[in-house]
Amino acid sequence: MGAVMSNTPIKRIKSVSYAKWGYFFIAPFFLVYLIFHLIPLGSTIYNSFFENYRSGLSQIGPKFVGFQNYITLFQNGELPKYAWNTLVIWMMGFVPQILVAMLLAVWFTSYRLKLKGQPFFKTVIYMPNLIMASAFAMLFFLLFSAIGPVNQFLIQAKILSDPLRMEESTTLTRSLIALMNFLMWFGNTTIVLMAGIMGIDQSLFDAAQVDGAKPRHVFYRVTLPMLKPIVLYVIITCMIGGIQMFDVPQILTNFTGEPNRIAMTLVMFLNKHLQSKNLGMGGAVSVLIFLITAALSILVFQSMTKEMRAANQQRKQFAKAEKEAK
Amino acid sequence: MKKLLAILLTVAVLLSVCACAKPAEANTATTTEAATAAPAAEDTTAAAPAQGKVYNIYCWNAEFQARFEKYFVEAGLVPDGVTINWVITPNADNAYQNKLDETLLAQETAAADDKIDLFLIEADYALKYVNSDYSLDVYNDVGLTQDDTAAMYGYTKDVCTDSNGVLKGLSWQACPAGLIYRRSIAEAVLGTSDPAEVQSKLDSWDKFEAVAADAKALGYYMVSGYDDDYRVFSNNATKTWVDSTGKIQLDDNILKWIDQTKKFTDAGYNNKAILWSPEQMAGAKADGKVMCYFGPGWFFDFCLAPATLADSEAAAAPGNGSYGDWAIVKGPQGFYWGGTWLCAAKGSDNLELTKLIMKTMTCDKDTLVNIVNSFNDFTNNEAAMTEIANSDFASAFLGGQNYISVLLDSAKSIKYISSPYDQGCNEKLLEAMRGYFNGTATYDEALDNFYTLVLEKYPELSR
Repeated sequence: MGAVMSNTPIKRIKSVSYAKWGYFFIAPFFLVYLIFHLIPLGSTIYNSFFENYRSGLSQIGPKFVGFQNYITLFQNGELPKYAWNTLVIWMMGFVPQILVAMLLAVWFTSYRLKLKGQPFFKTVIYMPNLIMASAFAMLFFLLFSAIGPVNQFLIQAKILSDPLRMEESTTLTRSLIALMNFLMWFGNTTIVLMAGIMGIDQSLFDAAQVDGAKPRHVFYRVTLPMLKPIVLYVIITCMIGGIQMFDVPQILTNFTGEPNRIAMTLVMFLNKHLQSKNLGMGGAVSVLIFLITAALSILVFQSMTKEMRAANQQRKQFAKAEKEAK
Repeated sequence: MKKLLAILLTVAVLLSVCACAKPAEANTATTTEAATAAPAAEDTTAAAPAQGKVYNIYCWNAEFQARFEKYFVEAGLVPDGVTINWVITPNADNAYQNKLDETLLAQETAAADDKIDLFLIEADYALKYVNSDYSLDVYNDVGLTQDDTAAMYGYTKDVCTDSNGVLKGLSWQACPAGLIYRRSIAEAVLGTSDPAEVQSKLDSWDKFEAVAADAKALGYYMVSGYDDDYRVFSNNATKTWVDSTGKIQLDDNILKWIDQTKKFTDAGYNNKAILWSPEQMAGAKADGKVMCYFGPGWFFDFCLAPATLADSEAAAAPGNGSYGDWAIVKGPQGFYWGGTWLCAAKGSDNLELTKLIMKTMTCDKDTLVNIVNSFNDFTNNEAAMTEIANSDFASAFLGGQNYISVLLDSAKSIKYISSPYDQGCNEKLLEAMRGYFNGTATYDEALDNFYTLVLEKYPELSR
């Protein structure tokens, strides 16, 4: 090795390129993304064009059927119903979630309130998220069953004469799912929003205060506009989480999505097809869920960044005009 | 400081080496143990071909396990050197069959000790496994003879006979079922708790409904929920769930059940419990208000009796909860329900043991009589059952009643028809119809949901 080195003429280094290390360090992400996301995504789309399921212990297919799976899905008209269920249940949980989280985030970061025991409360509100969703759903299933403690209490307190049953009330079932989603996620959202608020330049709040702005004004005129990118992030991540809602309604309704399939979410519907190892239909449902997610994300992103883009456009035009004037 | 660090590191390395060495030592110890055990095994079963070391049994609850422990393991019939490995996966959401399917499909490539040797199935989905290549012929593969199975009830053999007429599974039980009623509630509602008199007041569905109204007036529920008497209707159906072209069909009996249950729910004759939910069995507790349950031996022994106990730690005896306050009659219609069958798995390396298990647990008259005495089962031997029916056999749970004599006629008259889709259709019907019964769905919506559910599970069918 040494001999070789001594024979080669010494190269003059003109510049050192560190760029390769950049690629080197981001490579793991792309590798993992390729193996665990892109390839499965491709194979899901591929599978959705095949008839491929198990009947008893014998395999049927795979046989190429083109768009037949999609046609079947649209013909029986079930999918919009489950998309609607998912949307309604998600909204029922998300609206209180973002409102409460916003309120708590503002309180926790308020320079004027100086709340005591913050670490304690932050831990407590985050706690429900640490429990496994299925365990949490099982807990609610037992709490709210017809002979569960909640019903027993309500009957003994003479508030009810007959137990409230989940399978008899669509509102109750949906509300419980929404409540659980709310409890599990408002702590997480609070912490994200707090991080966002703390990232806002303190001098803006001080300036507003000096100008005599009331807390309400500070919130609407300073905090909220500055927080827009974070709120956008929260809405999109929560929405994607909402579309994938599965374990809570699955366990709470005992795998059925009952009553009358109003608690059947998109992913529960997908799971129904996987029961018979129906990869074709499962693939088709997955692709549609993917399209819905993508469309909604683009929609939210576009509407939230509309002003930003308009402002950018304006600035560019202004700069152009200025240049031309010169 | 450096020295200290060096010493610490050395110690750490040495310790980890020791830690790694330990399991290796343990391994050698077990292999020697097995090696010493193996010759012993050869001694006892000298003529038998080489046997696998691990005997894998797949099932969904501990029902068979309890009988097996008592009459096979305790009798010393497990060969030396063979370990019985129970793989128990509960039925919920099809988990048991999913697990069984995956393992069976991988059976060929699995290591010898991981192969399934014996698996248990239920009547509702028996054909799925019986019609497949994964279950073995009881006579030609396992090695039992026609004589061994001669005393069994015919229908138990029909369940596990494949489309070519080959018998592929055996059961230790027959499952004629009856109406099980709470004696104290019958006393209050009917004025008598004597089985003969109760039967005369409940021997048709019209009478059953009239009594339900009386029970309601006194604050009792005739049945615990929607699904209790479902099997009385469905297992007396004359049409299979799916016809020869793959079309789902509803038997008249199913429609009758829907009508009756809707009527019962609206009138408050049932307690709106769902089958197998905690509420269903809560109605049988000492302070429960449910008068009737429907089921065979395994139902009142394995499901109902434990639920009646006030103190599950104490002995199951009259006085403990509502234990002993029950009796059984034929009810409005004789029927059967369920049952568990043993199937030998293809690729098993313990066929000799499987033969011995099947012979002991399902063919041996003494074992079957013993099972009746200790487990309240109705077992699969016509001669033995007739003997017990005429003896002074008494079930403590049923207040000293000889339930074998009540169910004897039903057992003989069971006619079994089935399709491979029965389990899905039965389950999904109960699930979908609940919406109609409690008013969250119309009749048509509920029926639509039923078809949707079944087609999701079995894409090859049509409505």
